[in-house]
Formats: sequence, C-alpha cells, structure tokens
Amino acid sequence: MPLIRDEDIAEIRERFKQLVNPVKLVHFTQELDLEHGRVARQLLEELVGTSDKISVEVFNFLIDKEKVAEYGVDKVPATVVRNGKDYGIRFYGVPAGYEFSNLLDAILSVSAGDSGLGEASKEKLKAITQPVHLEVFVTPT
Amino acid sequence: MRLAHQFAMESDYIRADCVEATEFPELAGKYSVYAVPRTVINESAFIEGSMPEDFFLESILKTIEPTGEVEK
Repeated sequence: MPLIRDEDIAEIRERFKQLVNPVKLVHFTQELDLEHGRVARQLLEELVGTSDKISVEVFNFLIDKEKVAEYGVDKVPATVVRNGKDYGIRFYGVPAGYEFSNLLDAILSVSAGDSGLGEASKEKLKAITQPVHLEVFVTPT
Repeated sequence: MRLAHQFAMESDYIRADCVEATEFPELAGKYSVYAVPRTVINESAFIEGSMPEDFFLESILKTIEPTGEVEK
C-alpha cells in the first residue's frame, strides 16, 4: 500500500516541475532497523517516482562502511540530499510529516543550487571558518 | 528546520541534520529535547523554537565566537 496519498503525489509532481538539476537521495539503512527502515525506504522510492530528476541510492549502514564514513552518517535511517556537491544536508529518521515537507524544500533548493537566503545572511555566513554542526530535533506533527 | 539546511547549503563549514526526535530517544534525551524544534549547535549550545532567518543566524554566530556568550 502506498504511503503517500494520490492527491499528495499530484501536488508533489506539480511542485517538482520546478526542479532544475538532478538531485540524488543517498539513503542508509540496516536490516535490523526493520520498522523505520522499511517505511523510510518506501517513502523515498515513492518520492523518486514523482520526477525523473530525482534518484535514490541505498547503502547498508553495517556493510557499506566506506560510504558511511564518506557521508559521516552515525545512525539510521539516514538520508542525504545532494546534487554534484554534498552540502551537508542530512535527514535522520523516517522523513514523514513535518520532516517530509522539509525534505521537499531541501530537494527543491539543492536542485536549484540556491539556498534562497537573503544577501545579508549569505555575507555573514562567509565569515564562518570553523566547522559548525547543527542538529535540529523535530517530531512528525 | 529549513533554515539550518539553507545555512548548510551556503557554507562549506556548516552541516545540518534534521533529527526525528521520537526515533532517536537516546540522542533526544542527551540533549534534553522536551519541545521541538530544538537546535543543538556543536553538541554544546541550544536554540529553542523557530525564529526568523537573521535571529537564527545571529544565535549561531554568537555561539561559535570564541569570546561570545554561549546560550544555555
């Protein structure tokens, strides 16, 4: 049974008409994480079906150690949203509810290669020269 | 949440994780996440709730300044 309702699929297809460049979703899962892992993966597969500009690549958290290290993923399910460049955008957990809408936003921004931030913010961000790790905790509702 | 990812896009030094709190209760507990959104900066400082772009960025900048006050 599909996770995304037909009417939502139609709306997503409409939004994704704005996609510019290809976006890759790099997903990490593990066999033991059956409940969340399976749901997350199905959700991404359904999302990928809405536009030919989106693709998904799936890795096993326990086996694909090289990729886990490359993306710095430390828990699963994990989803990286990237184009030719990895911007450091990660989603941990099933991207449903609130997180799902953030995922759509991230896909659109990454596809456009434009953060959409104001000029003032862009200038201030240039001054950052040390690693900053932001973890935003959310719930589905 | 969107802002954190936008900042990550703009700066090579920033990485931003959107973490589903209920699926990672241990991590949420470690950072005392009782209400969302709660943003953790470099595992040590916190921002409560949502805020406008400029305020959110200022809060982050203040946190990472060596002499800046760290928000509790």
